[in-house]
Amino acid sequence: MKFSESWLRTFVNPELSSDELSHLLTMAGLEVEELDPVAPAFANVVVARVLEVNKHPDADRLNVCKVDAGEGSPRVIVCGAPNVAAGLTVPCALPGAELPGGLTIKVAKVRGIESSGMLCSAKELGIAEDASGLLILPADAPIGQSIRQYLDLDDQLFTLKLTPNRADCLSLTGVAREVAALTDTLAQFVEVQPVPATIAAQREIVLDAPEACPLYCGRVLRGVNAKAATPEWMKRRLERSGIRAISALVDVTNYVMLELGQPLHAFDNTQLEGAIHARMAKPGEKLLLLNEQTIPLDADVLMIADDAKPVAMAGIMGGEESGITLETTELLLESAFFAPKAIAGRARRYGFVSDASHRFERGVDFGGTRRAIERATRLILDICGGEAGPVVEAAAPLPARAPVRLRTTRAARVLGVALPVDTLAALFGRLGLPFTRDGEDFLVTPPSYRFDIEIEEDLIEEIARLYGYDNVPAPAPRGPLSMLTQSENNRPIQRVRQALIDRGYQEVVNFAFVEESWEKDFANNTDPIRLANPIASQMAVMRTNLFGGLVANLVTNLKRKQNRVRLFETGRCFLRDATALPVAGYRQPWKLAGLAYGGAQPEGWANGTRKIDFYDVKGDLEALLAGSSLDFAKSSHPALHPGRSAEIRLAGQVVGVLGEMHPEWVQKYDLPSAPVVFEIELDAALQAHLPAYAEVSKFPPVVRDLALVVDHQLEVAAVLAGMAAHRPELVRELQLFDVYVGKGIPEGKKSLAFRIVMQDTQRTLQEVEVDAAMQQLTAYVEQAFAAQLRA
Amino acid sequence: MENLDKIVTDAQTAFAEISDPDALEQVKARFLGKSGQITELLKGLGKLPPEEKKTAGAAINRVKEAVEAALNARREAIRKAALEARLAEEALDVTLPGRGEERGGLHPVTRTLERIEALFRSIGFEVADGPEIETDFHNFTALNTPEDHPARSMHDTFYLQGADGKVVDGVLLRTHTSPIQARYMQAHVAKYGHMENMPEIRIIAPGRVYRVDSDATHSPMFHQVEGLWVGSNVSFADLKGVVADFLRSFFESDDLKVRFRPSFFPFTEPSAEIDVAFMSGALEGRWLEIAGCGMVHPNVLRHAGIDPEKYTGFAFGFGPDRLTMLRYGVNDLRLFFEGDLRFLRQFV
Repeated sequence: MKFSESWLRTFVNPELSSDELSHLLTMAGLEVEELDPVAPAFANVVVARVLEVNKHPDADRLNVCKVDAGEGSPRVIVCGAPNVAAGLTVPCALPGAELPGGLTIKVAKVRGIESSGMLCSAKELGIAEDASGLLILPADAPIGQSIRQYLDLDDQLFTLKLTPNRADCLSLTGVAREVAALTDTLAQFVEVQPVPATIAAQREIVLDAPEACPLYCGRVLRGVNAKAATPEWMKRRLERSGIRAISALVDVTNYVMLELGQPLHAFDNTQLEGAIHARMAKPGEKLLLLNEQTIPLDADVLMIADDAKPVAMAGIMGGEESGITLETTELLLESAFFAPKAIAGRARRYGFVSDASHRFERGVDFGGTRRAIERATRLILDICGGEAGPVVEAAAPLPARAPVRLRTTRAARVLGVALPVDTLAALFGRLGLPFTRDGEDFLVTPPSYRFDIEIEEDLIEEIARLYGYDNVPAPAPRGPLSMLTQSENNRPIQRVRQALIDRGYQEVVNFAFVEESWEKDFANNTDPIRLANPIASQMAVMRTNLFGGLVANLVTNLKRKQNRVRLFETGRCFLRDATALPVAGYRQPWKLAGLAYGGAQPEGWANGTRKIDFYDVKGDLEALLAGSSLDFAKSSHPALHPGRSAEIRLAGQVVGVLGEMHPEWVQKYDLPSAPVVFEIELDAALQAHLPAYAEVSKFPPVVRDLALVVDHQLEVAAVLAGMAAHRPELVRELQLFDVYVGKGIPEGKKSLAFRIVMQDTQRTLQEVEVDAAMQQLTAYVEQAFAAQLRA
Repeated sequence: MENLDKIVTDAQTAFAEISDPDALEQVKARFLGKSGQITELLKGLGKLPPEEKKTAGAAINRVKEAVEAALNARREAIRKAALEARLAEEALDVTLPGRGEERGGLHPVTRTLERIEALFRSIGFEVADGPEIETDFHNFTALNTPEDHPARSMHDTFYLQGADGKVVDGVLLRTHTSPIQARYMQAHVAKYGHMENMPEIRIIAPGRVYRVDSDATHSPMFHQVEGLWVGSNVSFADLKGVVADFLRSFFESDDLKVRFRPSFFPFTEPSAEIDVAFMSGALEGRWLEIAGCGMVHPNVLRHAGIDPEKYTGFAFGFGPDRLTMLRYGVNDLRLFFEGDLRFLRQFV
């Protein structure tokens, strides 16, 4: 909602500066988004008449003009504007004037002739872009008057960012009413007298959908001159409200909409047949709209139709064929109330909005329907001439305005501040909300222009707004002090993030919608969850894994010469799953993923130059998940190198994957070498357990080493697990401390060296039992894994 | 007795010339060894008459002690010199950088969210979470925003596409974190609804939300943090108190103006927009819109099965991205989602 301050001040004129008024509106919930002067600052520019124009003797394109600036004797001004002519009324900058561009006007010789002033274009005054010639003013402009005064250039433009509940402020009348309430002053509204009918012409009106359209006023006007000029004052107010002046009839309907808030429509009456109907659209119906769009109409769209055809989308936009033109002489003027529910969302469905639909879907004052048609009739007759028929009004029950009860105690409880009954009464009075009293309660009947007062809380908000949100106290919070739970079976996510950070990983946040090819590449997902309206094709599907984003981050950073990259992200992934909860059909697990690329350690004088590999990241995961029963097993995953990837298992459950990126993707994504990546269910990383104490032995441990030669393909985890399962009781720890392949070890074999720690909590071990234990372990591995003791 | 004094000065001189520990022990033998001068003198004592024996013995012992003291002093000096030499040799260039892994860091918005969570936990707010593909019901209807409500046009919503190419009915990418309110209240009622007086609800719900919008100040995915306090006596004044306390704590400044101005959200009534103004710095004196809030609309409470006559509550929604930008002086929202290490490392 945009309007000019000077127009507003014709209704209500509080003693406030523009800035103060702006602050007042903002703090009352009518946020002033912009406050701009109509024109930049300048002075000493007046209305002047060009009396005489003669060619400059020494310059082809200059004229020497005699100009009456209302000073008694005319001035001589040299002017280069192409449109200068004797008899024109134009702005004239007098010597001493400073124009917005920084130009100062002085008496000066122009090619030998003294010029004492400058005739101005709109651009030179900073009020429009037009620099093609002088700004031509109406012939009746008072000569000598300050142009600022004449064109009302000290005016300010207010732009309100109105919330959807405040449709009542979508007009000057509405804003004035609000300002009057806020400043406790009286507003003077436009006086509207009924215009008596001078002709009998009229058109029948039928309300076929009385709930959607319970009130419709129509009036025939004849002998109208559609080509009449719109008065300057009206054009100016329209333009300062952001509405382009088009033609007198259109301008009047727009003007009344801005002034009173009632959208009007004018039909060419000669294009109508029979009665006017307000009815729902019929199956298959189409309409060519004023915006030259032909739209098929849904059954829930309210139409204005005549006996033969639809002529308008009610309250949204008129039809092209029944629309008025400059040739129209006979029109049917419409002023109606369309129920918000019947209008809401319809225009948006067809991809546009109009000033009318914007108002009707929020609620238009149904108490002002008649007033608006009388106001518009008066203005049309005054500007365009013609004669008016009687107003035909069709009416059905209007929206009920049931009184809303406000309990004084409830208001105090909700606001946290107890306002006395008299204060409440005074506030309602200022707001113009009629009420009756019931003890300490108020019964408030919402006026026809308010669509946002239905329940007690709505009234509480009105009171608080007027009382001032700033005046409500802000005490320190109070409430029962009960402790929050903190289970040791979970660890806080902050600890998980911190563990990765401590190992050099930087957190990133990536979009949840990704490129479709990432899903194909990194998850072999050919049926991802798609967005119906993505903002770009590379953000069209929901991710099922976090790899794509991390790889994209890596590419970004490599381009920026970051050669060592360690990243992690936690975020939801999205998978189809019919049994998922809480949103059926979509499983949305949180995942934690990481990527490591480049040197195993940061580049540095003391750090090695080894590249990161599988085992570095595995070590990071072992540290991250330390304390859980964790194991890794060879696996295959579409994103990963088949020989260098593992699934991650916690207590036997697969919770994620780890591996080197598949060479195919390394090549496709143009990576100089393969990053190592992992992804786990975040829930798994959050698992923790309550520690339980086990006795620490006071007796010395015995440590023995066991070196075995086994088949090269044999997985260490199998050996360790087998030994653990078959270990003699006194064996406490089994640890692999060396893997060796090479000289001294036969082809196809490898050497594994284990450290075996034996201990008893109650006594010192005897040599004999230690030997026996070692023999038992050796016998087991020889038998189970065809292992040989290394010589 | 001159002879005796000379032995001491001889020994001192001899020791001082030595700086090698082994050599020192050899020189020691000259005086204190089996056939050293002092040992010889002691041996000679037996030949003296008894009356002289005592005085001479005492004199020799004094000499012996003096020589031993000189020897020990020298030993210590040599040890110290050796230690000094070793320490000098072992000295490092302590200005060389340390070895090993460098630290990563939190994303700046996570940093903000962790602070917000910690501040609210300190006054008893629990952290809640909810799905990002959300039902239309929880995102809108349960929040008093029925279909065709003009407020729905305030959100440009992402919808999903079905296999038939059509928009999937009833689900969307959540446009705000408010549906977590609705879900949490429902769950709370399911758990405690049978009680005469339910425990209070005090939660904050941070999360990622989605809107069809993308420019320097809008990202199609961004963060919100929702707060909700429902109890038997929670008022608009309490809302103002909590929010003002939070903002002063978050920005670690009492030099901060906070104002509430009326606004509209379908799920709160009365509703307010929260603005802050800093009293110093680049943004000094400018009112910055920072959150929306209000008293939970009775319809929202009813949807969750809570009697609005018995319980009242407030809700608020902050933009942690915006808070992060203000806190650390970041001027472009898009930086948060580009994964550029040169940007992210500044928040380590």
